[in-house]
Amino acid sequence: MYVYDQYDQTIVDQRVDQFRDQTARYLAGNLSDGEFLPLRLQNGLYLQRLAPMLRIAVPYGLLNSTQLRKIAFITRQFDKGYAHVSTRQNIQLNWPRLDEVPDILAELAGVQMHAIQTSGNCIRNTTTDQYAGVATDELEDPRPYCEIIRQWSTLHPEFAFLPRKFKIAVCGSAQDRAAIHAHDIGVELVANASGEVGCKILAGGGLGRTPVIGSVICEWLEKKHLLTYLESILRVYNQNGRRDNKYKARIKILVKAMGVDAFREAVEQEWALLKDGPTTLSDEAIRHAKSFFTEPAYLALDAAAANSELAARCAADPIFGNWVKRNTVDHRVAGYRIVNLSLKATGFAPGDITDAQLELVADLADQYSFGEVRTTHQQNMVLADVQKGQLYPLWQQLQKAGLATPNHGYLTDMICCPGGDYCSLANAKSIPVAEAIQSRFNDLDYLYDLGPIELNISGCMNACGHHHIGHIGILGVDKKGEEFYQVCLGGSQAKDASIGKILGPSFSQDDMPDVIDKLLSTYLELREEEEIFLDTYRRVGIEPFKERVYAKAD
Amino acid sequence: MPRLIKAGRIVEDDWQQLDPDAATAGMQQILGLDQWLQLEDKTGRAVLLEPGQAPAPLFDYLGQIPLVAIDFPVFMDGRGFSYGRELRERGFAGELRACGHFIRDQMTYLARCGFDAFQMADESRLEDALAGLADFSEHYQAAIDQPLPLFRRRG
Repeated sequence: MYVYDQYDQTIVDQRVDQFRDQTARYLAGNLSDGEFLPLRLQNGLYLQRLAPMLRIAVPYGLLNSTQLRKIAFITRQFDKGYAHVSTRQNIQLNWPRLDEVPDILAELAGVQMHAIQTSGNCIRNTTTDQYAGVATDELEDPRPYCEIIRQWSTLHPEFAFLPRKFKIAVCGSAQDRAAIHAHDIGVELVANASGEVGCKILAGGGLGRTPVIGSVICEWLEKKHLLTYLESILRVYNQNGRRDNKYKARIKILVKAMGVDAFREAVEQEWALLKDGPTTLSDEAIRHAKSFFTEPAYLALDAAAANSELAARCAADPIFGNWVKRNTVDHRVAGYRIVNLSLKATGFAPGDITDAQLELVADLADQYSFGEVRTTHQQNMVLADVQKGQLYPLWQQLQKAGLATPNHGYLTDMICCPGGDYCSLANAKSIPVAEAIQSRFNDLDYLYDLGPIELNISGCMNACGHHHIGHIGILGVDKKGEEFYQVCLGGSQAKDASIGKILGPSFSQDDMPDVIDKLLSTYLELREEEEIFLDTYRRVGIEPFKERVYAKAD
Repeated sequence: MPRLIKAGRIVEDDWQQLDPDAATAGMQQILGLDQWLQLEDKTGRAVLLEPGQAPAPLFDYLGQIPLVAIDFPVFMDGRGFSYGRELRERGFAGELRACGHFIRDQMTYLARCGFDAFQMADESRLEDALAGLADFSEHYQAAIDQPLPLFRRRG
C-alpha cells in the first residue's frame, strides 16, 4: 500500500497544526460558527445530535494493521470503544470531544492517516473496488490511479469551496464494485481498440434528492491526461454549478441543465488550456504510484491440493463450509481466497466494529493477509489474501468475535446510514429499521433461498445509505414530525446501474418488516428458475409488488 | 487610506473602487466589469469581477490591465479561485487582488491560485491573515506559486 514520504508527512502534520489553531480560535471566540463550519467539515468534523462526529479518511478503503490498532486505541481513548465503517469506505467516530479532535488528528498523522476532506463542499475520499488487485475480473489495478487522484485532490487550492460536495470513484474490473455510475465523476479503466488501457470518464452521477446515473463524457482518455481532464471538469463545475440552492448544486444538475454535449464541450475548452501542461502524468509518476501496489509475497501453492484439502474441511464442518461458500470469493492467485468479514451481525448497527474487534482484525491481517485490510462501501471489511489452507483457523477466530455471519450479499448484509440515532441531518432513524428486518429474516436457509438481494437504508434524502441503488431501498421521511419510510424497488449499483422506483405511500417503522415480507413473498411466487430479486422485478415491473403491499384486507 | 496585504506586507492602498453609477473614472480607480467593458482605451485601467462574471472578456487585454480585483462577497463562494488561476494561466502578470469576505484560512489557497494582494472587508483581520499565508510549506498540486506538481519534484 502507499507509504508516506517526508512530503506527505509534512502536509498532514501541517494540517493538524492548522486545525489545532482553528479549533483554538473557534473556542476563543475569534472564529464564528459560520466560518468554522466549512473548516471543521473539511477536517471531517460534524456537530451532531448528541456529540460531534469525526469522519476519518481511509483512502480507497485500504488500511494496514498498525492503522487499525491506532483506530482501536482512539475509539477507546477518545470515544466509546467502537467505530463505524461508512459507505465512502471511511471510518466514523460518533462521540469525540471537539477540544480533543486536534489530538485525535495528531494520533492519526502518526500512522499516516488524516480526516482531510471527508466532508464539506470539496473533493471527498476517492473510493474503489474492495477487491482491487486480487479480483479475477480485473483489467488493471485501480489503486495507483486512486492514489494519484488522492494526492491531486488533497488541499487542492482551486477546488476547496465548490458549490457542493464532490465524489470520485475508480473501477478497473468487468464487474463494477465501486458504484461509479452514482458518482460525480466515475473513472473506469478500459482498453481501446488497440488494447491500450486508458480511462473512460463519466460525470454527473449522484444520489441525494435527485438521483442520476452518470453520463459518459469521454469514452477513452490516455492515462497521462487523467488529472488535467479531471481538473477541467472541476473547473467547469466550480465556475458554473449552481450556488443559490444546495439541492441543485451538485454537478449532476449542471450536466442536465447544460446537456451532456454542451458540458463536454465546455470541459474540452478548459482542457485545451491545461492539456499537456505540468499536471500531465509522467511515466515516472505512474510508475511511482504503481510501485506501492505490487504483489505481496504470495507462495507458490499447489492449487489442486489446496482445493481438495479445503473441500474435505468444508464437508467435515458444514458451518465452516457454508461460510466459505457465502463469505469468501475467488482470488486471482491460485491457492488464495478473498475473505469478507461481515459487520452485519443481527443486533449490531450495520458497519459498526468495536475496539476489540478492530485489534483482532489487525492481528488476523498480520497472521493471514500480509498485514492489510480493506473497508468496503457495503460497510464490511475484507482480508484480501488468505491462503485456502488457513481459512479454517481464520474462520474459527472470526466466529468467536462475531465477524463470521455468513450473510455476505444477502438480505441482512444491508447498507445502512447512522440515521436519526446520530445524524442531525436525518429525518428518521435507520438503525432500528435495519435491526427489525435483520431480526425478522434471520433464518439462513430462507436468506439463501432468496438469493442475493441488496437492501439499502437511508435516514434522509442525502442518501448516505444509497437507497436509490439498492434492489430494495428504504428512505426515512418526516411527515409532520413523525418518522415514516418510503420504499423503492429496482435500483442497481452494478454496470447496468438503475435508480429505484418509488413503490407508493410510506409506512410506519413498525410496518416495515411486514412490508419487506410481502415484497419477498411476491418475488418468491413470481421468480423463474434462478432469477434474482432484481431480475424478477425488471421482468414483471412494480405493479405486482404494489398490489400485494397495498392490498386492502378483506 | 484603506490598507491591504501586498507582497507579504500590510500597505496602504493606492487604488480606489469606483462608484458603480459614476459616469467618469480616474486612472487609479477600479471599475466594475460593465464600466470597464465600455472603455474605448483599456490601457492602464483596473477591473473588478464579481462571482458569476467569468474572466473571459478580459483575455484579449491581459497585457494592458494593471490590476484585476476579484470579489468574495461570501467566503464560501469559491468561483473566484478559478477566475484568478485562469487569468494567471493565460498570462496575466498584473496585480491580482482578492477583496471582500474571504478568511484567513483561505490565504494559502488564494496565494496558490495567483492572488498577490488581499483586501479584507474587515481590516482588523489583516494581521491575522498574514499569518495564514504560512500554514503550509509543501503542496501536491501544480499551481501558480509552484508550477510543478509534487510528482515532478519528488527526489
